[in-house]
Amino acid sequence: MTRLLTTSTLALVLALPAVAQTDCAAGKTIEEGVLTIATGNPAYYPWVLNDAPESGEGFEAAVAYALAEEMGFAADQVSWTRTSFDQSIQPGAKDFDVNLQQFSITPERAQVVDFSVPYYTSAMAVLTTGAVVEAGAEPTVASLKGLVWGADANTTAVPMLTDLIAPERQPLLYGDNVDVTAAMQAGQIDAALFDLPTALYLSAVVLNDGVLLGQFPPERSENPDQFGLLMEKGNPLKECVDAALGALKDSGRLAEIEATWLQDATGVPVIE
Amino acid sequence: MPTRREIFEARQRRRANLVAAGSTGLVVLAIVVLVPLAPGWEAVQRSFFNGEVFARTFPGLLNAFLMDIAIFAWCAPLIAAAGLLLAIARDLRAPALTPVKLAATAFIDIFRGLPVILVIYLIGFGIPGLGLPRPWNSPYLWGSLALILVYSAYVAEVIRSGIESIHDSQRAAAQSLGLSPRDTMRFVILPQAVRRVVPANMNLFIALQKDVALLSFIGPVEIFRQAGVYKSLLANFTPYVGAALIFLAITIPATRYADHLMSRQKRARS
Repeated sequence: MTRLLTTSTLALVLALPAVAQTDCAAGKTIEEGVLTIATGNPAYYPWVLNDAPESGEGFEAAVAYALAEEMGFAADQVSWTRTSFDQSIQPGAKDFDVNLQQFSITPERAQVVDFSVPYYTSAMAVLTTGAVVEAGAEPTVASLKGLVWGADANTTAVPMLTDLIAPERQPLLYGDNVDVTAAMQAGQIDAALFDLPTALYLSAVVLNDGVLLGQFPPERSENPDQFGLLMEKGNPLKECVDAALGALKDSGRLAEIEATWLQDATGVPVIE
Repeated sequence: MPTRREIFEARQRRRANLVAAGSTGLVVLAIVVLVPLAPGWEAVQRSFFNGEVFARTFPGLLNAFLMDIAIFAWCAPLIAAAGLLLAIARDLRAPALTPVKLAATAFIDIFRGLPVILVIYLIGFGIPGLGLPRPWNSPYLWGSLALILVYSAYVAEVIRSGIESIHDSQRAAAQSLGLSPRDTMRFVILPQAVRRVVPANMNLFIALQKDVALLSFIGPVEIFRQAGVYKSLLANFTPYVGAALIFLAITIPATRYADHLMSRQKRARS
């Protein structure tokens, strides 16, 4: 039903002539009248479905279109581009207005780039395989300490691993999700730490015999993993983005999008 | 009492030195003055040359560099041994040993022709994926093997060029003294050949020292990966500059040493 509503709203919006931007965003985008949004290359499920953000399918794609609408950009006034993590933090002019690809907000990163208010707060989840569970791994910190850990080196999972679990052996780090799962498949690592939606996807689709052993709810961590939209340092658009996100939160639209695209994770046991 | 010629030459030398110092000074001054005038300099400085980030990450980088040194230390002797064996195998002249010679040639052709990173991925993830138990699926083990395979192919080619540079008349002379082909290789050809290619091999080992960082792609947290982690957490590229400095501190003296060896060899031969 929600899907049908979204689609019809989209169709309606598309049928209308270009909507005027709210006063806030006018003249603050790279290209007048167009909001350029960046995502990852490739963009992963469930954040963007089928690596096609233009469809508005997937949590971040849906958030992007809702945000654009709130800021007064029609769907056809949204243009997509792709960046790597390094491209988004390099100094100099950016080729996007906002960038959303599960960037965790940290005070150190905020010295170099600007973040919006968070649009999602993620639990961290332990991804492992059935073989490791059979060998006796349990969702307790004591049991997790003894495993060989892996993580994506470009994520905040690395410090979280030290904070939450403090493994006995030094973790192995990889360049992206695919390499982490390859190492797990090869038996080189027992477990890896991911944000919960990514872990759900990897365990269900990518990894043979994948198991979600447990989750650390956000309130467990001192600095929970909060995702924000990344912008160039000092971008005047930030206040507009923050205001629009605030409105989406207040109206319940953001929670609605989350319910549509992100799986309910209450079935994953909480780690003691 | 200096001759007029000596006075003239001394003056010429002084002038040349002055011009060299002046032009170098000008270039340095231009860089120091002009680069910071670029509009983005402050942002670049904050991202790449951030003193605070540097101080915070440098000890961790040094610590991670120990991993690079360890990997290098166990790979280098194995590469030297494997390279020597391959070079000898390629030079076998007995007709019965042709299969060995062909195998060595094929091995060298394949591993010299592949990018190192590709071999590391294929061997580092592929072989352990066959289902080997721990510790036999360690990325350190298979990643090191990948480096050894590729670099021994390079080293073999260098040593072979050394072997071929020894004139055939020496083999004939050795055989006429009653040495077997094996002893000829061992006591006559190799001692000269290996000595001749020491500088070229030094260069290969300097390259290996840098390529050790590629092992980070399959898991080991060595200096390049550690710098990447800092980069990601601090959204700052300064840790890469720190890592570059640590690499240079090793590679520049090593390159100078190779140069020194090479020029000494040239003097000895002329």
